[in-house]
Amino acid sequence: MLRVLPLLLLAAPALAEVAPDRAAALRHMVTQDCGSCHGLRLTGGLGRPITPAALNQTPPEVLAEVILDGIPGTAMPPWRPLLTEDEARWIADYLKDPTP
Amino acid sequence: MKALTLCLALILAPPAFADATATGDLGLVIERATGSLVLIDRSDHAALGRIEGLGDLSHASLTYSPDERFAYVFGRDGGLTKVDLLTRSIAARVVQAGNSIGGAISDDGRLVAVSNYEPGGIRVFDADTLAPVADIPTQGKTVGLVDVPGRRFAWAVWETGEVFLGDFSAPTPKITPLGIAGANPFDAVLTDDAHTYLVGLFGEKGVAAFDLWDETAPPRHFLTDYGKTGTDMPVYKMPHLQSWAFTEGQYALPAVGRHEVLWVDRQNQAQTASTPVHGQPVFIIAQPASPFVWVNFATPLNDVVQVIDSRSHAVVATLTPGKAILHMEFAPRGAEVWISARDDDKVLVYDTHRREKIAEVPAAAPSGIFFTARAHQPGL
Repeated sequence: MLRVLPLLLLAAPALAEVAPDRAAALRHMVTQDCGSCHGLRLTGGLGRPITPAALNQTPPEVLAEVILDGIPGTAMPPWRPLLTEDEARWIADYLKDPTP
Repeated sequence: MKALTLCLALILAPPAFADATATGDLGLVIERATGSLVLIDRSDHAALGRIEGLGDLSHASLTYSPDERFAYVFGRDGGLTKVDLLTRSIAARVVQAGNSIGGAISDDGRLVAVSNYEPGGIRVFDADTLAPVADIPTQGKTVGLVDVPGRRFAWAVWETGEVFLGDFSAPTPKITPLGIAGANPFDAVLTDDAHTYLVGLFGEKGVAAFDLWDETAPPRHFLTDYGKTGTDMPVYKMPHLQSWAFTEGQYALPAVGRHEVLWVDRQNQAQTASTPVHGQPVFIIAQPASPFVWVNFATPLNDVVQVIDSRSHAVVATLTPGKAILHMEFAPRGAEVWISARDDDKVLVYDTHRREKIAEVPAAAPSGIFFTARAHQPGL
């Protein structure tokens, strides 16, 4: 166990990183499921626009919190049941800079 | 001799109707990610062609002209596109707002109205030319736009809960406020007799019913206490009320934030039953000429379709047609249902009596399916 722990620490990502196939699933989720309310091009709908320009004043850690816990009193649901904290942070970073 | 020449000319000239297409069994499938439509033939279970260049078709819907030749497609980017099913091409297109959610065609087929998010309000266009006819601002995003007989439309406002009835039969539109539905109406539907406009609420429990046969009647609220004993789950996709099922003297309603279909007596609005289902319902659609309703569900439980018997309120079938089931459209007499599986890139055709798949039609990330028979149904 003691030998495994340092390995895990070494493997821990510096920033939110997810496996490539999970990243592909998250990109799909942003387009299709976030897109249900925010538009497939993220330009807004029932939900506000979430393009990089629309989010340029929002720090990624705040965005990740909104993704995980939603905004009470609005239609933005908490995604914590479906996403890990790293995955939410990955989505936040991806929304702010979608370039691969 | 003259007569003979005419006869010869008639015989030799290719008759104008030789390559005519009947549109009664056609339909359009929205490919929402690519901004295109697939023209389908219901009888042949076939895709006939693709129509491209419709802009952002997130949450797109469409309605048909009375002659079933033209479709009016309402895109997210404010685009209103008139598509010709015969030439399989775009006949006219206007970008009429920044952000739209849906539309409707008047009972006489002369006007097309679009429901807008940005800016809010309703814009009305000439169905022939798409020339602007009226611009009705609102204090927020408009939802639940439906056609009402007499060249009228009804709509609700997400932010304010207001409901309006607009009469466009005279040159100057007459807009009548019908009252407040409640907090955050998310969609609305007109009963098949155009008597009751039912508005679903997201910001509070319940449904508001407006009597369109008596504009002075105050709205009635029902289902105001359902689910108060349990905790609601996050809503990952807003339910839709268009094609809301009316069957066996009941409304079948999606419970917002719960894995339930609710049954309400149509006469007195009392809840008669609830059916536990696989996930949060998105569409609950009656299979025509049958006691059954079919239900699909919000992500992440959207790979299942369930069939409920409206007499017993029991789930009688659970199907797994494919990945990310977004919509279902019945053949008008109910023999088949077409089901879009977005993440399988196909539309599945099911025999409704055997509840078995009988065909597949390819389409890129399909969402809404719209058969031309909708041309003749109020509220669609």
